[in-house]
Amino acid sequence: MFGDYSLTDLSSIFVMQGFAGLILFSVYTLMALGLAIIFGQMGVINMAHGEFMILGAYVTYLCSGFFQTHLPALFPAYFFVAMALAFVASGALGMLVEWALIRHLYKRPLDTLLATWGLSLILQQTYRTVFGAREVGVELPSWLIGSVQVTDSIEIPINGMFVMAITTLITLGVALLMYRSRFGAQVRAVVQNRPMAGAVGIDTEKVDRLTFGLGCGIAGIAGSAFTMVGSTGPTSGQLYIVDTFLIVVFGGAASLLGTIASAFSISQTQSTLEFFLSGSTAKVITLLAVVGILMLRPQGLFTLKVRR
Amino acid sequence: MLQTIPSPSPVPPMPFVQAGPPMLAIRDLHAAYGQSEVLHGLDIAVAPGEIVAVMGRNGMGKTTLMKTLMGIVPVKSGSIAVDGAEIGALKSHQRVAKGLAYVPQGRMIFSAMTVQENIETGLTVTNERRVPGDLYEMFPVLLEMKGRRSGNLSGGQQQQLAIARALASRPKVLLLDEPTEGIQPSIIREMGRTLKKIRDARGLSIVVSEQVLSFALDVADRVLVIENGHIVHESLRADIDEAKVARFLSV
Repeated sequence: MFGDYSLTDLSSIFVMQGFAGLILFSVYTLMALGLAIIFGQMGVINMAHGEFMILGAYVTYLCSGFFQTHLPALFPAYFFVAMALAFVASGALGMLVEWALIRHLYKRPLDTLLATWGLSLILQQTYRTVFGAREVGVELPSWLIGSVQVTDSIEIPINGMFVMAITTLITLGVALLMYRSRFGAQVRAVVQNRPMAGAVGIDTEKVDRLTFGLGCGIAGIAGSAFTMVGSTGPTSGQLYIVDTFLIVVFGGAASLLGTIASAFSISQTQSTLEFFLSGSTAKVITLLAVVGILMLRPQGLFTLKVRR
Repeated sequence: MLQTIPSPSPVPPMPFVQAGPPMLAIRDLHAAYGQSEVLHGLDIAVAPGEIVAVMGRNGMGKTTLMKTLMGIVPVKSGSIAVDGAEIGALKSHQRVAKGLAYVPQGRMIFSAMTVQENIETGLTVTNERRVPGDLYEMFPVLLEMKGRRSGNLSGGQQQQLAIARALASRPKVLLLDEPTEGIQPSIIREMGRTLKKIRDARGLSIVVSEQVLSFALDVADRVLVIENGHIVHESLRADIDEAKVARFLSV
């Protein structure tokens, strides 16, 4: 499959596809972070995670429209506002869902799977009713459009770099929150031993609610970033949920670093192979590789080594 | 002071035990796992500053008693009061805020977290930001190891960590469930000294469940024997009939 290209062509292809992969990596990382936090915290597999992401995308879309018509002067900066609002909207909806639905199902993992799947269908239909079935795109401010010409054959899009920068910041933020703050220590204590965490004085229900909100809020930011690389429709989120799961499992649950490494390797494989093969063949090869590696390392890429 | 039903002969006051209402008062406590009742109406009162050992063989309800006091196993009926405040219906973390602290069987430290982070989880209800210096004074080995992942500590060190974590919430009543399990004899003796030191320094009440009679006799002011969810024997350390208690513990 490489035969038709010269060596310089090939290297350019790898760099540019690698970069396209990095944008995908960013969206995946943000999605997987949220999912991994929620799964690690309460063992809930949130099938509606993609819809929380799409909520963030729609919020960004609404923001872009609002700024265009009412505050054109501030339009160049609207994306930051949109991301903050996407975080708040998805986070708030997440906390509401946790309070109304999830907390009643904590001891029934299969039921949460079904319940969140049902929730995802409800949200999809809500989006369809409110925003219409047609996919929408956002208007990007001019400073995010265009690309940087690195060499004759390599171009790097600006919005891609922006998305990556945002992802890096959020990942660092989450890492700091989890490993340097009081809240993070409480979350980790609950993850390790829920009854004991309660018995040292941690309000585990409050921690659950906040964590669920945080995970969904990060999905909202992922949705914001997603608007730059794809168009937003009621069912766009669904396409991402399976891949995101794969990343969480592949990375090893409860390992931030593992999640990142796994998002990176899966998105890069996917993106590079897609150029040379069809999209579905690329997916098959990626999945096969993941299945093979998981058979050899069922615990995922990264695990903690401690006495239990 | 303590009353079991049927009440034994009047208990002479211990020199260190203050008069007044009990710090921990358990009345007619029933607890069950689903339909199978494990505790059949316990009455225990622990005075401020008193150390009580609850002894009994495996499966007699010691751990269930501890878990019921902490709200991990639900109370079926009866009441639990700490310093006069009823806590039987509260969640675990609310009980900690009311003054209970728990060192569980098997220690249950958060093994993936550092020593310092483990102690800090105990600060949640006090709103303190930093680990109080007196905790590290009491357990200097924890200060040395504060940055280590606590799962890599030895059993004795983990036990000290579990106690420090419990003390961080500034409890009025400290519960320890089989603290000597899996710990070497020389360290067991030291732990007995530490517990008494904690009691003297902080004036808190301690309830410790035990199978090792020598340890119980070393630390406790009073010994209770629990069998099939009933208190079947109690005596002050001063006038304990060792042979009789030993018979309850033999398998």
